[in-house]
Amino acid sequence: MKVPIIRLGKVLLVSIQVDLTDAAALQFQEDLINRISETEALGVAIDITSLDVVDSYMARVINDTASMARLLGAEVVISGVQPFVALALVEMGRELINVDCVFNLEQALKKLEVSIAARGDRGGNRDTYEW
Amino acid sequence: MNGSILQHLAVTTATDIVRARSVARQEAARIGFGLADQTRLATAVSELARNVLKYATEGSCTIHEDSTPVEMRLHITMEDHGPGIPDITAAMKDGYSTGGGMGAGLPGTRRLVDKFEIESSPGFTRVTISMVRKRQ
Repeated sequence: MKVPIIRLGKVLLVSIQVDLTDAAALQFQEDLINRISETEALGVAIDITSLDVVDSYMARVINDTASMARLLGAEVVISGVQPFVALALVEMGRELINVDCVFNLEQALKKLEVSIAARGDRGGNRDTYEW
Repeated sequence: MNGSILQHLAVTTATDIVRARSVARQEAARIGFGLADQTRLATAVSELARNVLKYATEGSCTIHEDSTPVEMRLHITMEDHGPGIPDITAAMKDGYSTGGGMGAGLPGTRRLVDKFEIESSPGFTRVTISMVRKRQ
């Protein structure tokens, strides 16, 4: 099961729609960082609204993916963490460390726009920034 | 254990982890547990099933129910015939791991459920988690 990665200007959109096996989660990680590198995307929005279980493994994959994306030069925002997923992760002593989270994809795109503009690199001026 | 066995699942591949957590959630929902408890159970099953695959290569997951008219009672047992856990006390501490993982597995899982029992010796490990709720 491949997770589709959609390009929207300088940003990549990912919506994880199905429960991923460990192998599929790692495949997703690899696909995403390859796409970031190919497209030189400045930002990535990952929506996990459909995930009703995020165990410690998946949490680590998401954290690692965000760190990798940042190493390449892309900002990362996660959207749609379900309330009960948040509850279980925190009770377990896990959380999505160092990853910005917002409610929905629309907010994710706004947040990316702001953080890309704030970097001020690659023409990323907020007023002249091209989407 | 009294009550009835709802499901007995093999845990031999990574796909079985996904199936076990999904079945655990369905059974919990069917019995009447709320969304938070369904998620706790599904997450706990996912952690335990992954441990089975990682340390013992294969095992099984059995879901029992012994609910009463006043209580919903669900128990999930993971068994394997792997090498066993050499030091259970250490394995139940945060940060401990021998599997190259992050060591959140067992203590994290224990915090998600009401009751957590573990027995382990070389060749046999059994973990049973339970969730009990008064009916509304």
